[in-house]
Amino acid sequence: MITCAEAVRQLWEYLDGLVDESQREAIEEHLSFCRRCCGEVEFAEELRRFLAEHPEAELPEEARARLIATLDELEKQP
Amino acid sequence: MVRTDESGLRAASAGGGFRPLAEEQLPRLYRLARRLVGEEAEDAVQDALLKAYRSYDRLEDTAAGPAWLTAILVNCCRDRARARARRPEEVELDEVEEFSLFRTIAHEDPFPYSDSLHLDFLQQFGAEDVRAVLAKLPDSYRVPLVLVYCEGYHVKEVAFFLGVPLGTMLARLHRGRKLFERQLWDYADEYGLLKEGARR
Repeated sequence: MITCAEAVRQLWEYLDGLVDESQREAIEEHLSFCRRCCGEVEFAEELRRFLAEHPEAELPEEARARLIATLDELEKQP
Repeated sequence: MVRTDESGLRAASAGGGFRPLAEEQLPRLYRLARRLVGEEAEDAVQDALLKAYRSYDRLEDTAAGPAWLTAILVNCCRDRARARARRPEEVELDEVEEFSLFRTIAHEDPFPYSDSLHLDFLQQFGAEDVRAVLAKLPDSYRVPLVLVYCEGYHVKEVAFFLGVPLGTMLARLHRGRKLFERQLWDYADEYGLLKEGARR
């Protein structure tokens, strides 16, 4: 049996699939009766989606042209 | 594939090896560099292309080309970050260790009329806000966080890119997540995102 603090400390590793079998079982047992920690898991999942869903700027055409020119220069080197 | 002959570099490009790989990966490399060094992204990608071109003859498995380019880019970005000598805000890791964004939102209840409080909190942040929050983290925590959770690399791959043991990487990710949560809350507080309808 693990405490809320122990469960919360391992939640992200649990979601990342980085805990071993016994840790996974202990966390899932805890989640089966702890509503607050279930909320923590749901929020951790939301945070993961939040980080993945904020895209960065696409490569601007001018920057792409300059980087292609760099490749051209490299190929010209003796 | 092993390239050990003296003309390996030229053979690589002339044979279509390096150039197609680099061109294909440019958008992804640029996006990653933007997350790691912001406005210096183009320069960082250029640094990486130069380094990669010079060592392409040592790439043994062309299928590993994208990951190999990523590792080079990540290190170029770290070099640039070090050269900037920008000192991130000092962070008290002990204090951060105890911080829970989930509990803080529930306790502070910034949107009393919301029935999806935690989700509403996250929805206050636009792409620029997320970039600004990530930029506040020290590089040693920000880089693993970005690579794993924004770019989708496996933790083991990131440990390889950064040349650190897996245990070190896991510890940095743990602290990086905690710091990120803390900075999200502080940023929301500082920029007035904790008011009902601040962004919507």
